[in-house]
Amino acid sequence: MPDLTKTSTTDKAAAQDEVVAGAAVSATPAPGKPRSLWGDAWRDLRRNPLFVISALLIVVLLLVAAFPGMFTDANPETGDQAKNFLGKPELGHFFQADWFGYDGTGRSIYARVLFGARNSIVVGVGVTLLVTLFGGLVGMLAGYFGGFWDSLLSRITDVFFGIPFLLGSMVVLNGFTDRTVWVVMGALAFLGWTQIARVMRGAVITTKHADYVVAARALGAGTKRILFRHILPNAVAPVIVVATIALGTYIVAESTLSYLGLGLGGGEISWGGDISDGTQFIRNNPHVLLFPAGMLSITVLAFIMMGDAVREALDPKLR
Amino acid sequence: MTITDKTADVPAPRSGEEKSGRLLDVKDLHVEFHTRDGVVKAVNGVNYSVDAGETLAVLGESGSGKSVTAQAVMGILDMPPGKIPQGEILFRGQDMLKMSNEERRKIRGRKIAMIFQDALSSLNPVLSVGYQLGEMFRVHDGLSRKAAKAKSIELMERVKIPAAKERVNDYPHQFSGGMRQRIMIAMALALEPDLIIADEPTTALDVTVQAQVMDLLAELQREYNMGLILITHDLGVVADVADKIAVMYAGRIVETAPVHELYKRPAHPYTRGLLDSIPRLDQKGHELYAIKGLPPNLLKIPSGCAFNPRCPKATDICRTEVPPLVPVTEQDGAELPGRGSACHFWKETIHG
Amino acid sequence: MGRYVARRLLQMIPVFIGTTLLIFLMVNVLPGDPVRALWGDKPPDPAQVAQIKHDRGLDLPLWEQYLHYMKGLFQGDFGNTIAGNRPILDEITQAFPVSMRLAVMAWSFELVVGITLGVFAGIRRGRIVDNTVTLFTLLVISVPIFVVGLLFQLYMGNEWQWITPTVQDSEDMGQLVVPALVLGMVGLAYVARLTRTSIAENRQADYIRTAVAKGLPKQRIITRHLLRNSLIPVVTYLGTDIGTLMGGAVITEGIFNVTGVGNLLFTSLARREGAVIVGIVTVLVLVYLLASLLVDLLYAVLDPRIRYA
Repeated sequence: MPDLTKTSTTDKAAAQDEVVAGAAVSATPAPGKPRSLWGDAWRDLRRNPLFVISALLIVVLLLVAAFPGMFTDANPETGDQAKNFLGKPELGHFFQADWFGYDGTGRSIYARVLFGARNSIVVGVGVTLLVTLFGGLVGMLAGYFGGFWDSLLSRITDVFFGIPFLLGSMVVLNGFTDRTVWVVMGALAFLGWTQIARVMRGAVITTKHADYVVAARALGAGTKRILFRHILPNAVAPVIVVATIALGTYIVAESTLSYLGLGLGGGEISWGGDISDGTQFIRNNPHVLLFPAGMLSITVLAFIMMGDAVREALDPKLR
Repeated sequence: MTITDKTADVPAPRSGEEKSGRLLDVKDLHVEFHTRDGVVKAVNGVNYSVDAGETLAVLGESGSGKSVTAQAVMGILDMPPGKIPQGEILFRGQDMLKMSNEERRKIRGRKIAMIFQDALSSLNPVLSVGYQLGEMFRVHDGLSRKAAKAKSIELMERVKIPAAKERVNDYPHQFSGGMRQRIMIAMALALEPDLIIADEPTTALDVTVQAQVMDLLAELQREYNMGLILITHDLGVVADVADKIAVMYAGRIVETAPVHELYKRPAHPYTRGLLDSIPRLDQKGHELYAIKGLPPNLLKIPSGCAFNPRCPKATDICRTEVPPLVPVTEQDGAELPGRGSACHFWKETIHG
Repeated sequence: MGRYVARRLLQMIPVFIGTTLLIFLMVNVLPGDPVRALWGDKPPDPAQVAQIKHDRGLDLPLWEQYLHYMKGLFQGDFGNTIAGNRPILDEITQAFPVSMRLAVMAWSFELVVGITLGVFAGIRRGRIVDNTVTLFTLLVISVPIFVVGLLFQLYMGNEWQWITPTVQDSEDMGQLVVPALVLGMVGLAYVARLTRTSIAENRQADYIRTAVAKGLPKQRIITRHLLRNSLIPVVTYLGTDIGTLMGGAVITEGIFNVTGVGNLLFTSLARREGAVIVGIVTVLVLVYLLASLLVDLLYAVLDPRIRYA
């Protein structure tokens, strides 16, 4: 007897599978309703409140990072210390200089929070790009070629992975007196690429043995074509998820380093640095610390939530 | 006056009710799944019954609702997303759908047991087979670990696993496919249940092993006088062991018949299509017959007879009216016991 | 089994050498001169600098320095500090027990609380418990650890006075509870998330359906069938996290004034005592490598399908 849906009925409870498979078979030929992993994921995402909230937050944060001056007239760099020393926040004064109060040198915390977004996001995005490109490349080569190259690249990855991330970054940054955005980015990427490399390697190895790749090879497709047309598009999903979440953790790392005094130097505004400055007023004027801390947490939350939502959408096992 | 019912934890047949002795009676069962694409109507009014010692084969393609029905009987449907909006499942006359979870749990394994298709994934990979078999005795009978192990060895011998004593501590992956399925059977048999549901028990096995496993199952069924529901899409398996057959399509039973009558004279075009698509040696060189089209989308079951888009005999009435399962008779009106067909044109199909 | 362990230990050697070499290079190639730092802001005396460098072998080529270092390491000699010329091993053995205690406590939080939360969330996926746990873990992961630490210190220490704002005695376990909680918070959230995902995935497995069909009580299904299979990925995380916790204690130790490895590391960075940093990282790498070996061996216990030949 013909059993049309056999190939898809392996994992899940037979009941649901039978139903879902039955539905899928008849849904595929229906015109105008393409269903793919990404299409399905997008449909899921749009309905996921976590995704919608995080996407909105990220858009706003990107705007703030790009044009902080659009949201305030106050100067984040200088303040009237005599007049505004540790001025309390005026929570009713929306978008005004004194909205979040003033810090120990009389600078508007609202302005500083806005201008701090740029550095945090630039570092986060920059490190993520560097790490994804380099780690992705290493992982792809190790996974695809296997054998000697895999052993070599995996051992190198192990070596870099063995050094605690934060600790290693501290050591690197400690060597620099002029810690610009680029230096911080480089230091974080220097040790951060291992995670993506490992994820990419795993994904490529899994995909490499998939039937459709074997089939493509049997049909005479070349290495380049197999790698870029068949393996990469299918291995990229887990990498995207990990990279999105990692972006959040890189922002945390940058602020942590700045908090420790090893992050951005030379008067660059960083939430971590502002939090560090705020600790001396923590008992009586916690607002100096709480607003940058809150902004930092919201930013990180937005990226991690985004990563989470994408993961759920891309992982059919968790539907 | 107090009557101490010693079998309180196991529902016994209530006096005066359903004295007919039906072991299992499924009545007008509906099952649906609420998914994000809509409501999937997996089972749409199924009726069937099994007596002690009887074998009912439920035949159908994937998506016909045969497994879902069995899982509803067993009480292992995921709810939600599954839902049983309508119907009764009477076990020895008592509706299991009205029982508490605890009552149902005590029936599972002890009174009704199930054998699954893929023994490798259905056995827990990290527990020894002896442990998994012994669990039945430890949980249901309160036996000690040691006594349970002795019983497990006995069970493994009963299903003809060689060197049972040495292998009792082995893990599922250390057994061959056929042996694993024997372990599944042993697990189902452990407490000598009244009814066994076997969901495609031999599909995952090599052809040579299939017959052995099927024979073993049939032999044990006779020995214990159990009812057996055999779910399959393999017409060959059915012919050997079943007493009666129910053919399912799109969540409904489209034909019921004693086993040999069905092969001789099908009364539904779908059954006929299934029979015609078996490759036959005497027709070597001919093109294989296949039922055209695809199984229906359970989100949008065609109106009327669900089979109509694929049926060679479909007419207008088939597209508008759902044919009920009616008794099938001889041309002279003589009764054919146990036969039924859900086709507007059953007469033409069986006699034409 | 014995052969597997031996092979794994052999494989560790290149990673160990590679990691120590890497951190050695990081410390020594980057700018910053520990000898010069002895003078602080005052201009150093070049002759004295050269003399000290010569005495300590710091004028040798880098690879020779590394060989010397490794040779000493195998004899249990981590070298001496530049300032004060104290054996680095002494400093490390003084600081490590404190951090170890803190890390083990934090690790226990991760294990117990993380797994418990994850199991409840995974079993009741999509329900209120699950959503609460998920939201909680998201928040914990998002709020940086130094913010959490400062807030705990502010409220528990200063406002409500449940604890002393800083640890007075690093040997006192009771005082370490809150710092350990702060330290273990992020890991706890990750463990909970991992457990939740793993449980939710395995819950759909065929063998769970079998267990239900066997008529097993729910609690037995969870503890005997579901949990063991689900914990395998969690064990990996927990195994490698103990090293991370010790290294990550810099911030927690700084906030609560615990005199452990983090503290030592931070002061060494300021004084540019590269050898101390290399020593600390060496020990951390050893802890990490041994932990991952243990995890691999634990796998065999948890999953009989894995056999070590």
